[in-house]
Amino acid sequence: MDKKPSHARTVIAYIVLILLTFLCLFFFYILIVNATRSHPQIQKGFSFIPGHSLMKNLRSVLNDANIPVMSGIKNSLIVSSLSAILATYFSALTAYGLYAYDFKLKKPAFVFIMLILVMPTQVSAMGFINLITKMGMLNTLYPLFLPSIAAPAVFYFMYSYMQSSLPLELVEAARIDGSSEFHTFNRVVIPIMKPALAVQAIFAFVTSWNNYFIPALVISDNSKKTLPILIAALRSADFLKFDMGKVYMLITIAIVPIIIVYIALSKYIVAGVALGGVKE
Amino acid sequence: MKKGFKAVLSIALAAAMMFGMTACGGGNSGGGEEAAAEAGKVLNIWCWNDEFQSRFNDYYPGVAEVAEDKSTTTLEDGTVVKWTINPNEGMNYQDKLDAALLAQESAADDEKIDIFLVEADYALKYVDSDYTVDVKELGLTDEDMAEQYQYTKDIVTDSNGAQKGTTWQATPGLFAYRRSIAKDVLGTDDPDEVQAALADWDKFNAVAEQAAAKGYKMLSGYDDSYRTFSNNVSAPWVDGTAVNVDANIMKWVDQTKEFTDKGYNNKTSLWAPEWAADQGPEGKVFGFFYSTWGINFTLLGNSLADPDGAQEVGNGIFGDYAVCYGPEPYYWGGTWICAAAGTDNTELVADVMKQLTCNGEIMKKITLDTQDYTNNQAAMQEIADDPDFGSAFLGGQNHIALFVEAAKNIDMSNAGPYDQGCNEGIQGAFKDYFDGNVDMDGAKANFEKTIKEKFPEIESVNWPE
Amino acid sequence: MKKIKGNEVSYAKYGYLFIAPFFIAFLIFQFIPLIQTIYYSFFEYYRSGLKIIGPNPVGFDNYAALFEADFGKYAGNTIIMWILGFIPQILISLLLAAWFTDIRLKIKGKQFFKVVIYMPNLIMASAFAMLFFALFSDNGPVNSTLISMGLISKPFRFLSSVWGTRGLVGLMNFLMWFGNTTILLMAAVMGINPSLFEAAELDGCSPRQTFFRVTLPMIRPILIYVLITSMIGGLQMFDVPQILTNGKGTPDRTSMTLIMYLNNHLFSKNYGMAGAVSVILFIIAAILCLVVYFTLNADDDSKRIRKRDRLKPRKEAVNG
Repeated sequence: MDKKPSHARTVIAYIVLILLTFLCLFFFYILIVNATRSHPQIQKGFSFIPGHSLMKNLRSVLNDANIPVMSGIKNSLIVSSLSAILATYFSALTAYGLYAYDFKLKKPAFVFIMLILVMPTQVSAMGFINLITKMGMLNTLYPLFLPSIAAPAVFYFMYSYMQSSLPLELVEAARIDGSSEFHTFNRVVIPIMKPALAVQAIFAFVTSWNNYFIPALVISDNSKKTLPILIAALRSADFLKFDMGKVYMLITIAIVPIIIVYIALSKYIVAGVALGGVKE
Repeated sequence: MKKGFKAVLSIALAAAMMFGMTACGGGNSGGGEEAAAEAGKVLNIWCWNDEFQSRFNDYYPGVAEVAEDKSTTTLEDGTVVKWTINPNEGMNYQDKLDAALLAQESAADDEKIDIFLVEADYALKYVDSDYTVDVKELGLTDEDMAEQYQYTKDIVTDSNGAQKGTTWQATPGLFAYRRSIAKDVLGTDDPDEVQAALADWDKFNAVAEQAAAKGYKMLSGYDDSYRTFSNNVSAPWVDGTAVNVDANIMKWVDQTKEFTDKGYNNKTSLWAPEWAADQGPEGKVFGFFYSTWGINFTLLGNSLADPDGAQEVGNGIFGDYAVCYGPEPYYWGGTWICAAAGTDNTELVADVMKQLTCNGEIMKKITLDTQDYTNNQAAMQEIADDPDFGSAFLGGQNHIALFVEAAKNIDMSNAGPYDQGCNEGIQGAFKDYFDGNVDMDGAKANFEKTIKEKFPEIESVNWPE
Repeated sequence: MKKIKGNEVSYAKYGYLFIAPFFIAFLIFQFIPLIQTIYYSFFEYYRSGLKIIGPNPVGFDNYAALFEADFGKYAGNTIIMWILGFIPQILISLLLAAWFTDIRLKIKGKQFFKVVIYMPNLIMASAFAMLFFALFSDNGPVNSTLISMGLISKPFRFLSSVWGTRGLVGLMNFLMWFGNTTILLMAAVMGINPSLFEAAELDGCSPRQTFFRVTLPMIRPILIYVLITSMIGGLQMFDVPQILTNGKGTPDRTSMTLIMYLNNHLFSKNYGMAGAVSVILFIIAAILCLVVYFTLNADDDSKRIRKRDRLKPRKEAVNG
């Protein structure tokens, strides 16, 4: 009696999961297929069968002196890693500050962050660029990761997560053990928050990795350009050099590091389950 | 004689500059670092891709060395050309260029933009401003530019009549048709006879009807013929604070609606996959409006059955296309060189313009090397007159000969700073009308909304009766 | 008792200290530009070519112009397309989160599925839209499949039809974000004390009962988080419809979102109008979020107090 519905559930689960997996991986497949096709082939229309221009596309991307792929990957890694680290650490710190302590401005501070959460980023872009110019940070990588310290969405997630998974008793216990507040945060709170940190680190990393709009306005030097700017550069090539095969190849190259980072971080999410045992 | 004089002049110029620089350097007690900050040592060029960069590196006579990462080019006199390339996507190039130009006055000499490139679509935004320099002021004479096509000058002439830019490229357009389909529909594939059958829009529409009767489409999409109409308007788009929609634009609307309703086109859009497919072996479309760069690159590539195979007869419909003038002259594309106001390298900027847009020898070489059609009537005439020159793709036809004639008839004196916004706006708004999603009034209303978003200063939109 | 009170006062400074970096970074990088935006919404301020017009104070003219334009229509479009993506997104994500965290449900390769679902989000939105474009073009593979299956007789022109375009936007948003939501919900479920599930199992709860009685109530803060951030994301929907319709919101502006409309003004450097759109957008979003947050979290404060009450005796016991 008990086994039958569970068996049916497993079958349904498999069907849904396989369907979704197909949908998700399908786009990677056609992306890679396009990276193996030549420009006229792509122009002609769609195909599920790989072409034979893989090496040609790869060579033409790597040999284009105006498209420094390696430094692009390096810059993207620097900016995205720092963005992810700053966003998660400082948001957790802020969330903890508001969650664990009572002080006069607690409520206003919380409401204030919730309000700025709803402000669309496009709105302040031009003012941001003016400001960066005045601060002498134009054409540097700093303005691409420093603002991540204030990430309202990440903060809100950390706060919500603490509400559901961080009992204040643990903090109290640490205090009684003589741990300093800052030490408590780093040694007690951060480990409990690991799944949340990993989750938000992935999101922050990916968002920063694929960001074009602001970096394109900030960076002009070829040696400082991030991958999305290089992809856009290929797309605005003149008619003699315009080559969609090359564009798809660079998009494919740009995806590899992010998949590696993603898979590496996704392990921490799973590892987080084991930490569930510390509760109450 | 003339060319000899030019060569002497450029050497003299270079020598003068060298002298000027050593003289300045000598006057400075401060040594290397200060000398590097001297005016004229760095030439800043801004563009959105590496097209001009490769032309410059390959054809400018003064080039001594190109940096490994291509970010700089060193000239024989020691001047360093610094390339700033920002992609176009999302208006990025213009946004950054605008910011840099607005800050030009306060910028250090070596940071000042000397040359920037613009496209026809938005050229007048810069040309009709104080941020560009009259080429005559730089030292270019009418004689220097005598062989350039008039329309390439019109596009970069400001409202006071001053020419503020120059180009190495001319992009006259033609009508590329399928020989096999022309034979079936008109009984001939001879370019002169096909041209006679398509000489004006009434004839063109009549052929469309004949083609439809035989199961062909005259055109592929809605916007294929747009440029031929928009390049032949009777007045600029904007007068004061009013947009005046030209009667010729409405002719395009009526023709396209008729073509769509009667099935004379395939309802595609430029650059869409089905538009490209229509140009290939499976296509049933009579012809395409294409300019210089489009024919031997895009159309050729699309016509092949095996895109990676040999480019020869037997591969797809290679050899089945031919070109004729079509109903009205038009152009499509092009890049212009502008000198930025405040440049501290006027002589060098002038020389770059002279060498890369006026020098007939260099122009001819560029065309023969790259198939890029260049902006020099005499040089192009030489190729047009060459009996051995022909395009295998066009069944042996000498298309350069047709470009030479077509380019002379292009009249862009009605070009204005609002062209890009208005052209894109009207095509976008009326696509819904052709698709049957809105009626005529709805399309007009949507165009007016778009215009007011794009140009806050516009107060009214007037439609022809 | 006095001692405890003293403790709490001395701890307050840590609260300020811990939230300081966030607020400093925010003030520098976002607040100054933001104030500028709001300020300019009361001015006529734009660029005509390279000429700067203004800033001339015009009071509420920009706001008046906004409501004369089709602001309501764009708000409607935005909400419709958000709902089209969000409903399948939250349902599938809840289902997957429940499956992945259910110890009783034995799925082989669970780890693989968990990793795969988020992957569409790794592709740049612009690249993703390019692929969608090719797939759903008039004679693309989707149309040819539908024709060969006999479902339609001639190609369906997705991007020329109102619901075709909106549907594709919804589908893309769903595909890009359901993995993200699933991961969030999973992280939340993992945070639940496993003993609760054990207790539920001992009490003979079915998986369905466990899900509705234990899981859902426990992850409520995260669910509210998902709802609010998705709503904000929806209101700020931009890149997918922008790229898919080439910025035009075709057909007949029925896929034009609020941010696309804002972007049109930013594109033409009309800082006055763009500022006004931003302010209105901000007000709408703020009201929506606060309403949702406080209705769903209404009893949250009382819970917190109860928790602290539970703390006290233990503390006193230790102190004593």
